[in-house]
Amino acid sequence: MPTMAQTEKLAAAPIPGSRAVRDVVGVILIIAAGLAGFWLFPDNLALLTRVIAVALLVLSIDLVVGYCGVATLGQAALFGAGAYAAGIACVNGVTEPLTLILIGAVAGAVAGLLMGTIMLRAHGLAQLVLSIAIVQLFHEAANKASAYTGGSDGLAGLMVGPLFGVFEFDLWGQTAYLFGLALLVVIFIVLKFVVSSPFGMLCRGIKEDPIRIGAMGAFVFPVLLKMFVISGAVAGIGGALAAISTQVVGLDSLSFELSANALVMLVLGGLGSLYGALVGTVIFMGFEHVVSAINPFHWMTMVGALLIAVVLAAPGGLSGLADRVLPSRQRNRGGRA
Amino acid sequence: MQTILSIGIDAFAYGMALFIICIGLSLTMGLMRVVNLAHGAFAMIAGYIASYAARDLGLGYAIAIFLAIIGTIILSIPLERFLFRRIYGSSELTQVLMTIGITFCVIGITNYFFGPTLKTIPLPESLAQPVDVGFKTIAAHRLFVMTCGLVVAAGLWYLIERTAFGIRLRATVDNAAMADALGVRTQVVYAVSFAIAIGLAAFGGVVGAEFLPIEPYYALRYMVTFLVVVSVGGAGSILGAVIACLVLGAVDTTGRYLMPEFGNFFFYAAVIAIVCIFPRGFFGKAQ
Repeated sequence: MPTMAQTEKLAAAPIPGSRAVRDVVGVILIIAAGLAGFWLFPDNLALLTRVIAVALLVLSIDLVVGYCGVATLGQAALFGAGAYAAGIACVNGVTEPLTLILIGAVAGAVAGLLMGTIMLRAHGLAQLVLSIAIVQLFHEAANKASAYTGGSDGLAGLMVGPLFGVFEFDLWGQTAYLFGLALLVVIFIVLKFVVSSPFGMLCRGIKEDPIRIGAMGAFVFPVLLKMFVISGAVAGIGGALAAISTQVVGLDSLSFELSANALVMLVLGGLGSLYGALVGTVIFMGFEHVVSAINPFHWMTMVGALLIAVVLAAPGGLSGLADRVLPSRQRNRGGRA
Repeated sequence: MQTILSIGIDAFAYGMALFIICIGLSLTMGLMRVVNLAHGAFAMIAGYIASYAARDLGLGYAIAIFLAIIGTIILSIPLERFLFRRIYGSSELTQVLMTIGITFCVIGITNYFFGPTLKTIPLPESLAQPVDVGFKTIAAHRLFVMTCGLVVAAGLWYLIERTAFGIRLRATVDNAAMADALGVRTQVVYAVSFAIAIGLAAFGGVVGAEFLPIEPYYALRYMVTFLVVVSVGGAGSILGAVIACLVLGAVDTTGRYLMPEFGNFFFYAAVIAIVCIFPRGFFGKAQ
């Protein structure tokens, strides 16, 4: 892992354009895969929209864990904040979908600011425990404030207006899915720019060695906090998308289980790679859909075994494995891509 | 006055039940530097074994406890040998992921074999009755749990501070390579302390089943609680764990008595406040 930032920089240095080409191809592949899902599984569009919403959550975790090295098990707090903000706004008469997404993003960013301010005070284990405590606190608060959130019954009855005033959110979820796919692609492109900007590089540097970065004259805390806010906005958009597409916001969107599952998806796909986050989410949720329908406990055993296998055999996740298996420029670094 | 007394007694008993389970985790985290989220899973295995022995086979409570502890330790040996030993010294995230994976597997497998129902461990006659302690009658089981907690605390303190094994353990923790060079068999020390930690988890899981009922998602539901208690107390500190369990037990029980509709709200608010003020817990050592 420590060599990742360096190898990528080394790999990029000789041909500056090659990475741009790779990313364009990547984005086209995402769009193609999304459209393929639209044509191949017209009956499961609700599930696919859910996958996109969770993929946004996983991307947001990747920003914090994969790029900044801040371990968190509480990212669902930001996802839920976005979902509830959009849901409450919608119940109170704001029905324009893009406005709702924006509200979700702002709520997620504010929650991210709050969470980052608290979490970044601690390190290591204490940080992890704080993140769990925060998500549990949000969960209890949402449960208690049932006048606004519907409590354990969930917030139901979201009537979202048509997109751009033209496209109704239909029963089959076609509009919701295409809307979600477009959102995902836009956010993915934005995040690609964010993580390869000087700011993104600084975050990676902090992940490798915060003391050294501090000694070089950069302020560590504000940089991490900024990333937390960005990540909160992304998670909030995911939450708002989930709220719009299902028209319900449940307490499970604020749960520790969702945070832990999302982290598992990220690790499965590969930390510190935006593609890994997407791949991990799709594979995990696809399998979950199939296996947990048969027996939820088999599913837990499988996920557990998978996690152990990933930790022992492929610490870089699937994307790390792909880098190792596929012949690439990184091969001459002993495969530690 | 009566309410305060009942809250106090309940809080103390609950705190002690938490303590017996958490002290094992505190040992693994403080002494062996492993964030073992699967700790609750071992308590759950013990609960299932005890329930099977006491309810389905009709064995006595004491025998059930004994079988549960021995059975859980035997099960944990291959896990330590093949899985945990690989993550000693890894980053926290790696350890968390691996142990969450183990927890998932344990939940899935135990429920495959024992079915997804709540498991009860029938108490013997002598523990099921109330006992008059002068100013109040208390359920005998609560007294039993409190006694167990205090005995475990005293016993561990003696083991770590006053015995030859304790000296070797502390030496290994401070500097494993140096201890190894001086002839301490560190692998054995690690294995024994891991077994002790698991044994305590098993004991706590069975004894505390009245407070933390044994159910299919036990390992996942209380994972957070155990982790929180240890980080509040400071990993590796017995006194810290006792205080953390009593404080959090008191906060939780008081909250439930006086404002049940808030659920765990106060528990987690207290945790955030304490961790912000004491980032290493009450008595944690600098790392």
